[in-house]
Amino acid sequence: MITHLLSAADLDAATATQVLDTAREMAGLADREVKKLPTLRGRTVVNLFYEDSTRTRTSFEVAAKRLSADVINFSAKGSSVSKGESLKDTALTLQAMGADAVVIRHMASGAPHRLARWIDGSVINAGDGTHEHPTQALLDAYTMRSRLGRLAGLQVVIVGDVLHSRVARSNVHLLHTLGAKVTLVAPPTLLPVGVGSWPAAVSYDLDSALSDADVVMMLRVQRERLAGGSVTARDTFFPSDREYSRRYGLDDARLRRMPAHAIVMHPGPMNRGVEITAEVADSTRSTIVEQVGNGVSVRMAVLYLMLGGL
Amino acid sequence: MAYPQTTKTILTAADISRTVDRIAHQILEKTEGARDAVLLGIPTRGYPLARRLAGRIATFEDVSIPVGVLDVTLYRDDLRMRAARAIGKTQIPPAGIDGRLVILVDDVLFSGRTVRAALDALGDLGRPRAVQLAVLVDRGHRELPIRADYVGKNIPTSLIESVRVRLSETDGADEVQLYAGTDGVAAHTNGAAERRVVA
Repeated sequence: MITHLLSAADLDAATATQVLDTAREMAGLADREVKKLPTLRGRTVVNLFYEDSTRTRTSFEVAAKRLSADVINFSAKGSSVSKGESLKDTALTLQAMGADAVVIRHMASGAPHRLARWIDGSVINAGDGTHEHPTQALLDAYTMRSRLGRLAGLQVVIVGDVLHSRVARSNVHLLHTLGAKVTLVAPPTLLPVGVGSWPAAVSYDLDSALSDADVVMMLRVQRERLAGGSVTARDTFFPSDREYSRRYGLDDARLRRMPAHAIVMHPGPMNRGVEITAEVADSTRSTIVEQVGNGVSVRMAVLYLMLGGL
Repeated sequence: MAYPQTTKTILTAADISRTVDRIAHQILEKTEGARDAVLLGIPTRGYPLARRLAGRIATFEDVSIPVGVLDVTLYRDDLRMRAARAIGKTQIPPAGIDGRLVILVDDVLFSGRTVRAALDALGDLGRPRAVQLAVLVDRGHRELPIRADYVGKNIPTSLIESVRVRLSETDGADEVQLYAGTDGVAAHTNGAAERRVVA
């Protein structure tokens, strides 16, 4: 089965489908009186978070606890990391404590790959820099499949700050593997170099991409990554929030132009009023809250498939 | 898969049909009409058997017994002896199991470990009034203090033999066979683990 989950590109169609199918069975647990399974009793999962996160860390914690694993939350703030400990020494410490899996979020792209070479346990990438966030892609695929019944042939439009988005990168890989067609829509300044080699179409015009979309996924404008978040630096990516939302924001008018069955997704946290208006975010076509719930099921599936066997 | 030479048919399709009829009658008799019973089949073949039993009971006495399916993979004690397995569907009838008589249905009773896992799973789903067990074949070699309330056929076996139940719903035909050798899936494990896997 899976040893590490470092990149969505590592998953082949059969494995990804197995994760989604397992997640579907795990989802049944949420309706039960006792929301707990004994499956991972005695296993230890470490959440190693060098970057702030609410939903991903909590989601992994809930997932691991529902499978009866022991969870250790380790955040860089208030740990030896603030005294200057390196990732490698932190990893070896966790290893010595008997971690069976390490869930890592790090601001440096590639940190989980390094970690995977240093420790014996499984490593799950929970977001590394601007590189990848594979469990987010899995939960997005799960949400699309449960809302629309399939993934093959779906037209998925991903809109916004693709340059800094690990969510976009992981989604492009996974959706391509599972047979969906992806179109990236962004201002030219927010597209990464080499995007032409990705298995996705690229457009600068949101309105023309919406008409045949089955899924529209809005990305957060990552203020903290726009060169330190200073106002002047942000100006080099786009002139103003207002102009950005006029050209690349999803509002009611654009929602009405989408096909009636099409859904709106957002990985969160949202900037209401920038990439998405409040009415769209709260509409019945939006799956934003559903995505959070699905995240727990998908992460349970990943943990089970990694730690549940030999 | 290729079957070893020494395959012996224990129950034919007609035998299975008669056996299911008999268990259905026994359930009605022992539970005085099965009014509050729920049949839960253990995947893969326990579920079609549970449906057949409910169907027969409905013809004999005009009682409609809810049928569900209970996957026990996540409660097994041998998970770490193999790579992670695919988990099956669990579907509890809408009326639930609280205060009712749950009859677990499986194809083969062997070590008893699957039934133990099922009992643990039931405990997390609710609190039945009582739990009973119905199996098509009891092949002996229990490793836990577990017995069936309804047994289709007792088949004395040796540990180097395997029992294969085939049902039309899952395998295209009804048949129970006994053959020498253990299942191919268990080839990489050994001893006790192997026996569990086959059951």
